[in-house]
Amino acid sequence: MTAPLVVDGQPDVRARPWLPWLLARAGGVVFVLWAVATITFFAIRLIPGDPAEAILGGPGSQASAEALAQARADYGLDQPLGIQYLHYFGRLAVGDLGNSYSLHDSVVKVIGENLGGTLLLALFSLILAALIALGLAAWSVRAGRVAAGVGSVLEIVAAAVPHFWLAISLILLFSTVLGWLPPVSVPGPLGYVLPVVTLGVPLAGFLGQVMRDSILDATASPFVLAARARGENDGGVFWRHVLRHAAIPAIGLAGWAFGSLISGAVIVETIFARPGIGRSLLSAVELRDVPLVVGIVLVVALGYILMTTLTDLADRLVDPRRRGNTHRGRER
Amino acid sequence: MRGTAPHWRPVEVVSALVILLLIVAAVAPVLFAPGDPLAVHPSSAFSPPSFAHFFGTDESGRDIFTRIVHGTRASLVIGLSATAIGIGLALVLGLLAGLGPRWLDFGTTRFVEVLFAFPGLLLALLFIVIYGPGVVTSTIAVGLATAPGYARIIRSQVLVVKNAPYIEAAMVLGRSRTQRVVRHLLPNVAGSLFVLATLGIGQSIVWASSLSYLGLGAVPPTAEWGAMLSAGRTYITSFWWMTFFPGVFIVLSAAATTLLGRSLQQRVRSS
Repeated sequence: MTAPLVVDGQPDVRARPWLPWLLARAGGVVFVLWAVATITFFAIRLIPGDPAEAILGGPGSQASAEALAQARADYGLDQPLGIQYLHYFGRLAVGDLGNSYSLHDSVVKVIGENLGGTLLLALFSLILAALIALGLAAWSVRAGRVAAGVGSVLEIVAAAVPHFWLAISLILLFSTVLGWLPPVSVPGPLGYVLPVVTLGVPLAGFLGQVMRDSILDATASPFVLAARARGENDGGVFWRHVLRHAAIPAIGLAGWAFGSLISGAVIVETIFARPGIGRSLLSAVELRDVPLVVGIVLVVALGYILMTTLTDLADRLVDPRRRGNTHRGRER
Repeated sequence: MRGTAPHWRPVEVVSALVILLLIVAAVAPVLFAPGDPLAVHPSSAFSPPSFAHFFGTDESGRDIFTRIVHGTRASLVIGLSATAIGIGLALVLGLLAGLGPRWLDFGTTRFVEVLFAFPGLLLALLFIVIYGPGVVTSTIAVGLATAPGYARIIRSQVLVVKNAPYIEAAMVLGRSRTQRVVRHLLPNVAGSLFVLATLGIGQSIVWASSLSYLGLGAVPPTAEWGAMLSAGRTYITSFWWMTFFPGVFIVLSAAATTLLGRSLQQRVRSS
C-alpha cells in the first residue's frame, strides 16, 4: 500500500538462526566473487586487437614478430582459453593479479600503493556526508513544512551535482579567488579538504533523501507513540528512538555508498591530481592496461561485497525485528 | 499525504518550466541563440562574460552561451538514450525474474546481484575499455551501468502487480497468459517505470557528462556539455567561465528532472 517501489523479494535468510545464515552468506560471497572474476576474464577477451601489442606499447610500437611471440609466452597468451582461465583462477587464489602492461610492475603492488589514499579519502567523505545528511534531515524534518521543503530540495540538488563540476567550482572559489586552499592535492590535512567536500556533498544528498523518508516513517510508527505515552519529550523521542530507526536504511546503503565513492574517486583524484586507485583505473582504461583494470575492478568488487555482507550483519545485530521467527516481509 | 486535490507545488512548477525550456532549446536552439555554435573568432578568444557574450567565449572565440544552447540536444539525447537502454535491459531482466519459473528468477536475481558488485562507473569503464571511447559507447556504458538498479525495482514491482486482485480476476475470466501480461500487468508496471525514467534521466546526464569530461565520451569541438567542460579543463584557473556555465546546465537539468521525478513518486505512493 504505502511504498510500491520498495526493493524487496531478497531471499529472506534473516529469519534463520546464525550458523546457516553465515554459511549462506559466505556461499553467496564466494559465488559473486567467482562470477565477477569470470565475467571480467571473458569480457577482456572481447577487446579487439592483439594483447601482446598492448604489452609492448600499443599498435604504433612496430614490435617485431619475435618480441610479440616472447610477450605472448611471458603472459601465457599462447595457451588455449580454458587453460588461461584455469591459470587465471590459480593465480587469483594465491592473490596474484598479474603484471601491469603500462607500468611493468605487479598489479598487486600498484594497487597496494594506491589503495590506502583512496580508502582514507572515501572514509572522510562518508563521515562528512553522514554528518551533513543527518544535520539537514534532523533540522528540516522538525522545523515545519517550509523547512522540510527546503531541506528536500537541497538534498536533491546536492545529489544532482556532478563531482567534476563541484570540484571545479570549489577550486575556483577557494583556490583561485580566495587563495585559502591548494588547487591540487598536497600531503597533509589541507590537501584533503576540497576532495573530501567534493565527494561528500553529493553523497550527503542521496543519504539525506533516504534518512528523511525513514525519519518520517519512524515518526509515525508504534514505538514512537509508545515512547510518548511513557512521557518522553519530543527531543528525547527524536534522538533516542527516531534517529536510531532512521539509521538502519542508511547503514544498509553503505555498500552502495562505497561503490559510489570509488566511482567518484576516479573523477576527484584525476582533478586534484591525487594518487589513488581511481586515478590509476582511469589511466589504465586510457592505456588499455587490461590486467590493471581487471585487478582494480576485482578489488573494488571485493570491497563492495565485504561492505554489503558487513552491513547485513550489522543490520541483523542492530534491529531486533530481523531476528527470531517474525517474517518481516509480510507487514509491507 | 497530500489528499485528493493534486495542486502543483512551486518546486514542481519551476522544475517543469526548466525542463520545458530545455526541451525547446533541444528542438529549436535558434530561438534562444541564433548564432553558429562552431563559428570561430580567434580575435575574441577567451572573452569574459559580457553583454555580447553572456557566458564568455572559449579558446577559439566561440560563444559559450550559443554552444550550451545548441549542446542541449546532444546532452538530452544522450541522457534519454542511456536511460532507455538501462530501463530496456532492466525490463527484460525484471520480467524474466518476475514472471519466469523459479529457477529463472533465481538465476536472474543472482546475475543482477553480480552486476551490482561492479559499482556504476566501473561497469561503464570496463565497457569502454573493451569497445573504446566515443559518444555511442559511453551512452551504452551508462545505460548498462544503471540497468541493475532498475532491474531490481522492476522485478519487485512485477511481483507486487502479479498477485494483484485484478490479475486474478482476469485469470478467472479465462484470459490467456499473454493477454494478462500485455493488457494488465505491463500497463500497471509502466506507471512506476515512468517515474523511474524521470529520476534516471538526470543521473544519466550527469554520468554521461562525467565520462565526456574524462575524455571517454563526446569529444570537442562537439557542442555537448561534458565535452565543453573537458575542453575547458586546461584553462580552469584562468578562464573559469569555460567550465562553470556548461556545468550549471548539467546541474540544472539533473536537478529539475530529479525534483519532478521525486514528486511524481510521492504522488504515486500517496494515491
